[in-house]
Amino acid sequence: MQDRRRVVVTGIGVVAPGSMGREGFWDMITAGRTATRRITFFDPTRFRSQVAAEVDFDGRKLGLSAQEVHRNDRFVQMAMVAADEAVADSGLRFGVGGADDAPDPDRVGVTLGSAVGATMRLEQEYVSVSDAGRLWEVDPRYASRYLMHALVPSCGATELAVRFGAHGPATVVSTGCTSGIDSIGYGAQLVEDGDADVVLAGASDAPISPISMACFDTIRATTDSNDDPEHASKPFDARRNGFVMGEGAAVLVLEELEHARARGAEVYCEVTGYASRCNAFHMTGLKPDGLEMAEAITVALGQGRIHPDEVGYVNAHGSGTKQNDRHETAAVKRSLGPAAGRVAMSSIKSMVGHSLGAIGSIEVAATALAVSRGVLPPTANYEVPDPECDLDYVPKVAREQKVDVAISVGSGFGGFQSAIVLASPTRRES
Amino acid sequence: MSNLLVTGIGVVAPTGVGVEEHWASLVRGEPAIRPVEGFDAARYGISLAGQVRDFVPADHVSPQLMVQTDRWTWMSLAAATLAAEDAGYTAPEDAYATSVFLASGSGGNEFSQHEIQGLWAKGPRSVGAYQSIAWFYAASTGQVSIRDGFKGPSGVVVTEGAGGLDSIGWARRVVRRGTPAVLVGGTEAGLCPYAMLCQATSGRLSTAQRPEDAYKPFDRRANGHVVGEGGAILLLEEPGAARARGVRRVWGEVAGYAATHDAHHHEDPAPDAVQYARAIRLSLADAGVTPDEVDLVLADGAGVPELDRLELDAIAAVFGDRATPVPVTAPSSWTGRLMAGGSALAVATALLAMRDGIVPGTAHLDDPVEAPGVDLVTSSRVQDLSTVVVLARGTGGFNSSLVLRRPEGATA
Repeated sequence: MQDRRRVVVTGIGVVAPGSMGREGFWDMITAGRTATRRITFFDPTRFRSQVAAEVDFDGRKLGLSAQEVHRNDRFVQMAMVAADEAVADSGLRFGVGGADDAPDPDRVGVTLGSAVGATMRLEQEYVSVSDAGRLWEVDPRYASRYLMHALVPSCGATELAVRFGAHGPATVVSTGCTSGIDSIGYGAQLVEDGDADVVLAGASDAPISPISMACFDTIRATTDSNDDPEHASKPFDARRNGFVMGEGAAVLVLEELEHARARGAEVYCEVTGYASRCNAFHMTGLKPDGLEMAEAITVALGQGRIHPDEVGYVNAHGSGTKQNDRHETAAVKRSLGPAAGRVAMSSIKSMVGHSLGAIGSIEVAATALAVSRGVLPPTANYEVPDPECDLDYVPKVAREQKVDVAISVGSGFGGFQSAIVLASPTRRES
Repeated sequence: MSNLLVTGIGVVAPTGVGVEEHWASLVRGEPAIRPVEGFDAARYGISLAGQVRDFVPADHVSPQLMVQTDRWTWMSLAAATLAAEDAGYTAPEDAYATSVFLASGSGGNEFSQHEIQGLWAKGPRSVGAYQSIAWFYAASTGQVSIRDGFKGPSGVVVTEGAGGLDSIGWARRVVRRGTPAVLVGGTEAGLCPYAMLCQATSGRLSTAQRPEDAYKPFDRRANGHVVGEGGAILLLEEPGAARARGVRRVWGEVAGYAATHDAHHHEDPAPDAVQYARAIRLSLADAGVTPDEVDLVLADGAGVPELDRLELDAIAAVFGDRATPVPVTAPSSWTGRLMAGGSALAVATALLAMRDGIVPGTAHLDDPVEAPGVDLVTSSRVQDLSTVVVLARGTGGFNSSLVLRRPEGATA
């Protein structure tokens, strides 16, 4: 395995609800503060779930041009801002001709996850061209020039590639709510397989719009705790009653280890494994045994030859639906065995909500920071234990704890189950 | 890694439902591009489309699944079944041994337009329970995985028109990491009013009213493309596993693949074809094939003059030094562009061409543009083919190239 190309994280950028940038995000989640509130983007009165974790986002104030804001959906704008921060953090000087630390543009890839792409823009534009649903044959005279850019979400990968002059493989990954783990996993594979030395890998989603809220309303996947928005997201707590919609983006700079070493880059962590499996069971349902997620965890650990005992932290999917939290608890027990009883596991969705495809990358970012800084973010709002969810969920208060290995897991509509393993650069390999 | 084998093909395309139906229609040069049926596309300046007219969803999809899914997914479910049948593939005992890795461009358009209309016309309670699973880009992959019991690492890539090739590129990574069989490719169904309007804003659609005037890649009168629907799903297998289960036929080998991005502009291609040519070169190097060994190139064939010129520049940059010009054809001209489904269908077409030693010509290529170093195929011809390159591009600058080889020992 000497010649195996290893992948490290050298930059992190975050756009998350309730905060500004990576450090704001980290401060917020380690303070156990929640960003869930009554929806302000539209009048939610007629909706079952009326709370969400919204980002107070203004692309113009965050470095985007008027044209970039004009042509792009919010999900692309947030991805651009997160990527800017990640690249600045990495110290890689993209587009600086001749700079010693400028990566070879042909060797830079982009893997951007998104579950629902430009759904917000598509809905806003639909309202005008259909005259608020009156017309089936929509009226082209009211169409935006950039509807094609909204129809196909690969525009997000294009915008990042153009922004940083990345000529390597680029793709949008859209596997529902595991998109953000899968996009980072695919990015790591590009590096491992020798197709890129640097990859901008992340995810973005902006689903707080009427159509997205309505479709989760009808299947009662989202919470109806409308009278107490700050405490609406309660993963693993016996009182949990559905997820809280969120939005946001995170982008990581993934880099081949020697490439990072050669330029003296600071390394947050190594990506030592990634795996995904399908449950082939139901588009939205989960079996309580957690079998396929456990398989993904086991395979991902095996890629880095990591024993379950080495895992100190599991960043949970923890959406706060009854079936998810039970499923996931079972998956962690099944894959880690006795070590599950000692592992710390928390869900930051308790604070930043569930931003569909984006959250996977936001959670990997949180996990990378936890490994790097020796602090585990808590599960906010966790008060009443559920006998079926009996692991250590790091209730309410962040914990100072050095971990060598952490896992982030995700589960999504379509049956996708994904796991990614991050290891501290100071970990001693056993 | 030894080359993956294509062991099954399922086609749902304007040219027909079924791989042989598609091929027969293509070889006969039957027009599949016709006036749009079902809605008034003239409002969007559009007269023609490549609609799949022979597709009876109920023949392929259970009533329960039909109400839960969009036409795009019906086509994926049908094509996946056809591919597995063609391969004689039944789910192995190890459910993790099969993956579903499809491309999608625009998701469940028509289903979603109905639901969003209900929302805005009548309110949130009119949105049905299946919108959340019918619209999103992962719907077809998820439904195929669930219906067929495939639990292997599965995924969805979105690179607009290049998606069909890219799904094969990602499937190779899945196989390298231990999963022996992957369903790849994809379908697309963007022929409803809102999705058509969205596509029309690209400015790349032909507004011509007669098929012979509309989608004419590499012709001097090229004026845009025609939108089509459908696509193809193929089964790829690791050779050892395919042999172990007694595979009865191998369509071809996936010998090489590469992808690059122009990274030039959010819509316009780079004014040179450097990155497109680089994708082709990388794929040839990956396959261990020299430009001289390539018998045929299936082009992206955008049908937009500037894009056509850039594609010919890229091909000439790679193949221009050959003693004999490389034959280039664009069979998508018969079906319209099926976005992610189109590049998947092109792979199917390339494999059929290799099997029979027939190169389908480019439709309506009456007055070819100047193309030094390139042999544009204007009408079907007989030619022995052992190595074929398939090219695809996605709006915004995605360039992908795939190298296919005829299985060893096979001749047309």
